[in-house]
Amino acid sequence: MKKTLAIVLAVIMCVALFTGCTEKTDGNDTAKNNTFKIGASGPLTGDAAIYGTAVMNAAKIAVDEINAKGGYQIEFNPQDDEADGEKAVNAYNTLIDWGMQVMCGPVTTGSAIAASAEAYKGRVFCLTPSASSTDVTANKDNMFQLCFTDPNQGTGAATYMSENMPGHKIAVIYRNDDAYSQGIRDTFYAEAQAKGLDIVYEGTFTKDTQTDFSVQLTAAQAAGADLMFLPIYYQPASVILTQAKAMNYAPTFFGVDGMDGILTMEGFDTSLAEGVMLLTPFAADADDEMTKAFVAEYEKRYGETPNQFAADGYDVIYVLYNALLDSGCTPDMSASEICEKLIAQIQTMSYDGLTGKAMTWGSNGEVSKMPVAVVIKDGVYVSA
Amino acid sequence: MGFLSYLISGISLGSVYAIIALGYTMVYGIAKMLNFAHGDVIMIGGYMSFCGMMYLGVNGWLALALAMVVCTVLGILIEGLAYRPLRQAASLAVLITAIGVSYFLQNSALLIFGATPKVYQPLIPLMNAAGEPNALKLFGGQLSISYISLFTMLSCIVIMIALTWFTGHTKLGKAMRACSEDKDAARLMGISVDKTISLTFAIGSALAAVAGVLLCSFNPTLMPTTGSMPGIRAFTAAVFGGIGSIPGALLGGLLIGIIEAMAKAYISTQLANSVVFAVLIVVLLVRPAGLLGKRMTEKV
Amino acid sequence: MNKLKKHTKVDFATYLGVIAAWGLVMLAQSQHWLGRSTMGLLVPICCYVVMAISLNLTVGIMGELSLGHAGFMGVGAFTGVIVSQSLAVSVASPTLRLVLAMVIGAVLAGITGFLIGIPVLRLRGDYLAIVTLAFGEIIKELITCLIVGHDENGLHIVFNYNGLKGADDLNMTPAGKIIIKGAQGATGTETIATFTAGVILILVALVIVLNLIHSRTGRAVMALRDNRIAAESVGIPVTRYKMTAFVISAAIAGSAGALYGLNYSNLVASKFDFNTSILVLVFVVLGGLGNMWGSIIAAVVLYVLPEELRALGNLRMLIYAVVLIAVMLGTNSAGGRALFAKLIPHRKKREEV
Repeated sequence: MKKTLAIVLAVIMCVALFTGCTEKTDGNDTAKNNTFKIGASGPLTGDAAIYGTAVMNAAKIAVDEINAKGGYQIEFNPQDDEADGEKAVNAYNTLIDWGMQVMCGPVTTGSAIAASAEAYKGRVFCLTPSASSTDVTANKDNMFQLCFTDPNQGTGAATYMSENMPGHKIAVIYRNDDAYSQGIRDTFYAEAQAKGLDIVYEGTFTKDTQTDFSVQLTAAQAAGADLMFLPIYYQPASVILTQAKAMNYAPTFFGVDGMDGILTMEGFDTSLAEGVMLLTPFAADADDEMTKAFVAEYEKRYGETPNQFAADGYDVIYVLYNALLDSGCTPDMSASEICEKLIAQIQTMSYDGLTGKAMTWGSNGEVSKMPVAVVIKDGVYVSA
Repeated sequence: MGFLSYLISGISLGSVYAIIALGYTMVYGIAKMLNFAHGDVIMIGGYMSFCGMMYLGVNGWLALALAMVVCTVLGILIEGLAYRPLRQAASLAVLITAIGVSYFLQNSALLIFGATPKVYQPLIPLMNAAGEPNALKLFGGQLSISYISLFTMLSCIVIMIALTWFTGHTKLGKAMRACSEDKDAARLMGISVDKTISLTFAIGSALAAVAGVLLCSFNPTLMPTTGSMPGIRAFTAAVFGGIGSIPGALLGGLLIGIIEAMAKAYISTQLANSVVFAVLIVVLLVRPAGLLGKRMTEKV
Repeated sequence: MNKLKKHTKVDFATYLGVIAAWGLVMLAQSQHWLGRSTMGLLVPICCYVVMAISLNLTVGIMGELSLGHAGFMGVGAFTGVIVSQSLAVSVASPTLRLVLAMVIGAVLAGITGFLIGIPVLRLRGDYLAIVTLAFGEIIKELITCLIVGHDENGLHIVFNYNGLKGADDLNMTPAGKIIIKGAQGATGTETIATFTAGVILILVALVIVLNLIHSRTGRAVMALRDNRIAAESVGIPVTRYKMTAFVISAAIAGSAGALYGLNYSNLVASKFDFNTSILVLVFVVLGGLGNMWGSIIAAVVLYVLPEELRALGNLRMLIYAVVLIAVMLGTNSAGGRALFAKLIPHRKKREEV
């Protein structure tokens, strides 16, 4: 019985596979008009869905704004990669079949490394909003980052601490099965050693143990740490803040760009984050026109406040669009022609976006913009 | 003093595992199936009480009641629609169906509530009005146990006693045990096996709602995947204590929590999970049916 | 033809089916009928098919539920990556390196399987299942702590158990290359896996498993599955036969892992977690326990299904779940079977276990 069913399903699947191919030729026909095809990949389901969803939501806003202005249009296709390298390659291939000319993403580091190897061979230009490891761009001339790199943040944090907060005893809690967290910790640690910072405790956690930090916090407290560096995302960070408060332990917490978003979690008691410092390129309550308009539109559409990932996603679309226009690309060009033009273009251009003014890119794919340290006071960011 | 505070961390964490394991072991003991969707029912319980508090504006205790009602209905529905038709089927078929249900619940939650985590307000606030932690102080404030942890431990013990009494002394409870021993014989004795198993799921899911509220009070971020890891932990805890044994679930949960905390404190935070599993393996080699499990003699 | 035993016919049909599928794909490829996305799925499909065959040996033939099979895949994958990357200079031919990687990956996974089998095979039922889950998770965490590099002096390995060690502790010469960086996993792997290699691996796995089933060992293992006490009483040594089957199963999973690892330029240990073990278990149960060609079809269909549902966006995993439940209910419940019996009237007997 199972066999009959399996055969039926297999037949359906084969038909579906071939219909997939016919769609592909349709895709090539429509690309001849005035529409650029921008594909994106990021986690839309699973543990990391917060990040992919934020990027895609914001990117859609940017796409709609651009399309409303007229001129060259953008067709945007977000694909789910579950923050998994294997699925990211599948998503990339699906996008190629769809006729993708430029890629926004992948959102997470592991996915980005896996998919960018394919994109390098296939010559598709990629600008990732948030994959921050240097391995993402290493040896790939067509892969660029919009976010800070891990070393940038790790050394940035160590430098800031040595200049502005000397003499503190530092504890670090990081997630050791996550490339982002481990990457920042490694560079922070190296720089902290060089600068002579006093690291008294290092604790780790994994995906499976991120519900309880009381042991790490107790140990950090016992070691006398009064400055805690958290190179982690805001969701476990919020648990750490809550549990530290519950045990009446109040060091200065210092986060990185992944910490952004903590204030806007639904139901979060912002008083817990009082005095938290973080390095971030984006603040949702900044009062420049661009941020205000973006935040208002995002809240209207999705009912929540955008975090830094959203801002990165929004900027990526504009950077790509500006680069496409300025380098004279037209929608009838192939992905590889566009790729070569954009590689040259992005290294000469400068862009003012939500996540930084006058961003420029080097040939190694890294963006140059400096992280800004902010401190949370009364539930809002204040420059530190 | 360090050791004692680690021990308290371990017990607090362990009592959360224990409360999940109680529901898990209950269902396993009677229905003889590994209900991988249990963790996701916990997640739904968390979301329901969150919705109750945030959108309906009721207080934490009413929200808990709401969550229990919703989860009970959900449990009965899942059992009736997905598991009951497979009563005669191989146990692996039921296992895979449970996994399907687990995916279904997770992805439904993702569609309804979105990927962004919600921050849960603990049942007992962490701070009192004066901004002091709501915690019991020992040794002149060197050690503290938060009231929510105390409440969790207390709930575990109460639930364990209640379940033991229920299965041991009430008519329905006896019917459950009869079904657990031999479904066909129970049917011959005039027990409705389907109703009894439905009831088991109802109780198990109501417990899952309580566990969800307490889990989220302890670990305040609520996401569609919140339940999956604690679900596996509870499975581990239930096996550790001897699966199907109600006191065993409590013991297993507490021990797993304590071992995890001690491993983090004294061995390596990297390998805490591995240490827990390694201890589990050793225990099962010495006692192949868990700490308090019954050793069945096999008949040919 | 009639002289052949029935199972021999089925076995040959299975081999032929795999070869025919390979031929079809090669033809389609040469005619450019396949899109990029389909092409990209070919190697992972082969990996999961081999995984399903391997797990079917444990679950279907041996009758023991394993929830940690992805751990063996992980061992094979990382071994394969280390072998291939460190031989990148000395062995120029990618095909040879791929074969070496798969063989060494299988050997290491087999050794791991042997070590794990010693405690695991003493247990039964759900207790055995949880211990395999435990070993799977432990393997994953141990790999996460590995830092491996290679230079002209050979391999350098650091076990980063306390989180304080880094690539500098490898003490490599400047020419050295880091292969695995703890949580960041193996990056920059040269992707040398091919579909043809995958199909050959499937055939090898099938030959091994099908011949094992019909051998003395296979019959002994199945006797143990069906009635352990009766089998023991006629003098079948439980541990020896079960261990043989378990180690072979682990080794096959290891070679599938090596193929998988060499198909992606980035590989992280957290990929080989409980969820991946469950994914493969679903293939096996849906394909039919002990039924190898059922496993193959189920693995292909269920791997392709979520990819084909991409157009549905966020609904796809929900639909995947519904399909899973519906198929289980349809094939295993009395009501579902009756429904099928009506739709397809000539189904008879042949349903076993």
